[in-house]
Amino acid sequence: MSESALTIRGLHYSYGAHHVVDGIDLDAASGSILGVLGPNGAGKSTTISLAVGTRAPDAGHIEIFGLDPFRQHEKTSLLAGVMLQDGGLPMSAKPLQVLRHLSSLYPNPLSVDELAEPLGLHEFSTRTIRRLSGGQKQRVALAAALIGRPRLVFLDEPCAGLDPRARAVVHDFIRELAAASVAVVLTTHDLAEAEELADEVVVIDRGRIIAQGAPEDLRSASPAGRRLTITVDHALSPAPPELLTTMNTIAPTSALGSAFVVDGDLESTQIAGLATAIAEAGLAITDIDMHSQSLADVFFELTGRPLR
Amino acid sequence: MRTRRVMAQVRFETISVLRNGEQLLLSLILPLGMLVLLAKAPLLEALGSLPAGTDPLLVALPGALSLSLASTAFTGQAIATAFDRRYGVLRQLATTPLGTNGLILGKLGAVIAVILIQFLLAFAIALGLGFDGSVDLLALVLTTLLGTAALLSLGLLMAGTVRAEATLAGANLIWVLMAGVGGLVIAHPGEWGTVVGYLPSGALGDAMRAAVGGAGFDVKALIVLLVWGLVGTLAARRWFRFE
Repeated sequence: MSESALTIRGLHYSYGAHHVVDGIDLDAASGSILGVLGPNGAGKSTTISLAVGTRAPDAGHIEIFGLDPFRQHEKTSLLAGVMLQDGGLPMSAKPLQVLRHLSSLYPNPLSVDELAEPLGLHEFSTRTIRRLSGGQKQRVALAAALIGRPRLVFLDEPCAGLDPRARAVVHDFIRELAAASVAVVLTTHDLAEAEELADEVVVIDRGRIIAQGAPEDLRSASPAGRRLTITVDHALSPAPPELLTTMNTIAPTSALGSAFVVDGDLESTQIAGLATAIAEAGLAITDIDMHSQSLADVFFELTGRPLR
Repeated sequence: MRTRRVMAQVRFETISVLRNGEQLLLSLILPLGMLVLLAKAPLLEALGSLPAGTDPLLVALPGALSLSLASTAFTGQAIATAFDRRYGVLRQLATTPLGTNGLILGKLGAVIAVILIQFLLAFAIALGLGFDGSVDLLALVLTTLLGTAALLSLGLLMAGTVRAEATLAGANLIWVLMAGVGGLVIAHPGEWGTVVGYLPSGALGDAMRAAVGGAGFDVKALIVLLVWGLVGTLAARRWFRFE
């Protein structure tokens, strides 16, 4: 079992009467990536700011390597790095100036070059932060989170608004951090990202944890493993009753919009039978899609609401 | 270690101010330009703010010092802090070993550093223009410290409680009001003069005119500044929000 980097128990926080964080438990271990997933306003960012001690929780217990981030902030600030959602960078300064300054606040920082090189910061180092694109700012913010050589990093939506190339760079970087025994806590509302990166995912909604586990366990825990969707060129309201009857003899089918939806694991012959039945009913198939349920489907099943 | 971090923050913030064109206009060009204008053009006599036979520099220099201080400690810091707050810079720095206290000490240090530069330039220009009044150094230092405490705490209070755009507009408007009718640059006669004497701008103006104009300590004005500094600091501690 690897070292516990972050332990949160029974965390509560309110803005006035609004319970933003309503009893959250989290654990992050060195060398692993914890994905905190949830829609906007679920309490992810508030949880992070409590975890790094910028404010005190109403109730609950937080430990960063055994230390209280609020009362022992000077010690925990050396252990934890933070990348905030809105960047946290002074607009009128240049990227490397900011990093140089931040590095001067830590006793044993990385050199600015060690971060600027792999993150490609030299490409735009002559411009002020104000003039950088969203993706460029994100890369500087990531470097800012890492400059103090943290053993635990909080990344709040690190890839929001990044193009695929920049996203790949950041993803590689995050994997390398975990490989170097850093504990990574990553909030996102991007499921693909959580599935791709996280060893464990915690799904938060309205300040509470509604599911947690390895991404594949979460998916397989949902009642329907796989889902077949056959889209046709007609609205199916109502679907031709005879056709639906025929299809139901092959597999339990429902009609949704202009698509037939069949949940469960299907044999190839069943899929062919369904397609034949549709063709014989005179409908043209425009799309056939079969996919494993994603975390988005899981979230929808748990809350009855889409993730976004 | 803590001192070193605060000094690093002082250096970073000072350089940020000196690199920022708008801040330079506000902190150096306008106050120093006003110093030359009031000293050379017969404006003060036309306004009736200069007793016959007085050296205009005895009003122009303390006016420029007060305006410099207000530009840096109040308007400049209010705007810079408001936008740093908006963009999460304050929250980010609060998560570093600098912490919130280091952040505030860093701002205070940077403000004092910039004021020192402003004062040196103002005195150099005034001496170049032939200033030969007496300066009570102790009164000047006390006035500067209490004035900085009052105006900086009020500026941070504004930056930490209202939106950045509102701070930008408000802090600039208040600068104009302080300079124009707030007793910061020239003393106002009659009841209005009494009223503004209880405001931070008028009290700073009065204390500065005494310190640099030969009268030494204006105890009442210094007490007014002290009270505003305490009120501003307590209010900022109570209501300043990092986000």
